[in-house]
Amino acid sequence: MADTVQDDAMEKNGTLLGADELVLNMGPQHPSTHGVLRVKLKLDGERVRGTECVIGYLHRGVEKIAENRTYQQFAPYVDRMDYVAAVSNGLGYCEAVEKLLNVEAPPRARVIRTILTELQRIASHLIWLGTHALDIGALTPLFYCFREREEILKIFEKYCGARLTTHAFRIGGLQYEAYDGFEKEVERFCNDFERHIQEYVDLLTGNSIWIGRTRNVGVLSAADCIAIGATGPILRASGVKWDLRKAQPYAAYDQFQFEIPVGTNGDTYDRYMVRMEEMRQSRLICLQAIEKIPAGPILGKVGKVLKPPTGEIYHSIEAPKGILGYYIVSDGTTQPYRVRIRPPSFVNLQAFDKMVRGHLVADVVAIIGTLDIVLGEVDR
Amino acid sequence: MADESKVPPKPENSQPDAPGAPPATKSTPASPAVPKPAAAAPKPPASLQIPLDNDLSRRYRARFGATILDAVEDRKQHYLVIDAAQLSEIARYSRDEEKFDLLEDYTAVDWPRREKRFDLIAILYSFPHNIRLRLKIPIAANERPASLVDIWPTANWLEREIFDMFGIEFTGHPGLKRILLPDGWQGHPLRKDYDILQQDTAWVRENLGIESGQ
Repeated sequence: MADTVQDDAMEKNGTLLGADELVLNMGPQHPSTHGVLRVKLKLDGERVRGTECVIGYLHRGVEKIAENRTYQQFAPYVDRMDYVAAVSNGLGYCEAVEKLLNVEAPPRARVIRTILTELQRIASHLIWLGTHALDIGALTPLFYCFREREEILKIFEKYCGARLTTHAFRIGGLQYEAYDGFEKEVERFCNDFERHIQEYVDLLTGNSIWIGRTRNVGVLSAADCIAIGATGPILRASGVKWDLRKAQPYAAYDQFQFEIPVGTNGDTYDRYMVRMEEMRQSRLICLQAIEKIPAGPILGKVGKVLKPPTGEIYHSIEAPKGILGYYIVSDGTTQPYRVRIRPPSFVNLQAFDKMVRGHLVADVVAIIGTLDIVLGEVDR
Repeated sequence: MADESKVPPKPENSQPDAPGAPPATKSTPASPAVPKPAAAAPKPPASLQIPLDNDLSRRYRARFGATILDAVEDRKQHYLVIDAAQLSEIARYSRDEEKFDLLEDYTAVDWPRREKRFDLIAILYSFPHNIRLRLKIPIAANERPASLVDIWPTANWLEREIFDMFGIEFTGHPGLKRILLPDGWQGHPLRKDYDILQQDTAWVRENLGIESGQ
């Protein structure tokens, strides 16, 4: 992995290597970069003096594909961006196209969407927790997290037949009715999950190694976050009490009570605490929602051929990783003229350099973990 | 959106065009430049794009006058069409005076038949006011708009992506180079004259040692 070749990009930026400095190439094939992220680290001994992220290894041209597919045909593609939170991607896309068409999903569909999206948030945070802890050296939480995530994926599988790239929603509502016993299974999961969160807490929250590796590591102030565009749990951990589900409610979030957890220091430990609390809140949302699934149709009045009127729309949702936005331009045909996806991971990754500078190489791994990036979404 | 339109979906991309084929891969005639109320779709509400005249747009007009080319409301969302020459000033004003502290997204749209070929789209969000505003900046193909990196640092990668995908160069960007595609790649894939099957075969051959990436 070690690669001491001098780097032209850093040279161009006027950051010539000093006599004691070297460039270490990390990734793209490295287990703790969570995919194919490549980072060039400029090191002074163990200290990081500068970084450059090299991304694009997973670029598939999703936005170009969108221009050559119909609105419905493109829907499954969005699942392949943040592939550990496919349901959230689908929700954002379907709602954006619905806004473009000026139709609304029926209330029943909206509540079921909310339940599945919140389960997906828990599943996404569980992957983050398991891998993040593993990167730092705590092996056990990974197995616990995947055990609970499995339960969620089973619910998805029963609901729509797929576990990972679910394509669970359709433009205008849902394709599938909730299966018999759906509410019961969600409720059982939620009831068990309370105990399971406590297990993670017992393993990590008071663990002095965990605290030592995460406190004051990768600190971001609220102003930094907003300037760099970092959103989601990263922004909240820096003390900004802001969540799109509250600020501009979509799906059925306006019907449910939940808290927005915030941190104070904006360090890796606070981000850990915020995401843990978000899982508890998601659980509470699910428990409220299964009580209140209204009867009625699940698919709104949407034609088989979608031709949104000329114009454009921007719609964004609070995905597990931050603001996920879709900007869609319609020229009145069955295919979008332009689809732009605002991926939270891509924008959040920009904060990496600021977070890492001055830290040790070992902290780089902790910081990549705490950013919770998914390269499918960074590279699209 | 009833079932009334029984037009079958277009056969997607049946013609693998040679590079340099006529612009606009879509078969639809004349996609209008800036969506005009008159050009709205045949069906329901006659015009989805209506002129915008709220306090916010009036403040912008009072401050920047003719630089604000248009103010439009489309499906309850607001956007201003602005002159690229004043982009930095308007952006700075938006951040400092109107409190649009987050540049939520920054992207571009290609309109190859238009005189000003590209629209830059800046999506602004204000935490204090909880509102969004889009700035739409029409620019010509060879124009070099000012970079927004010193106003919103988040524009750094977003502008690199626009450069990568559309070939728009920003003046004053600290390190404008490709971000998702490899540095040596030829062409800008999100331009409408770049066919979906097109690729930089020379690059693929040289760097991957295969004949084609498809």
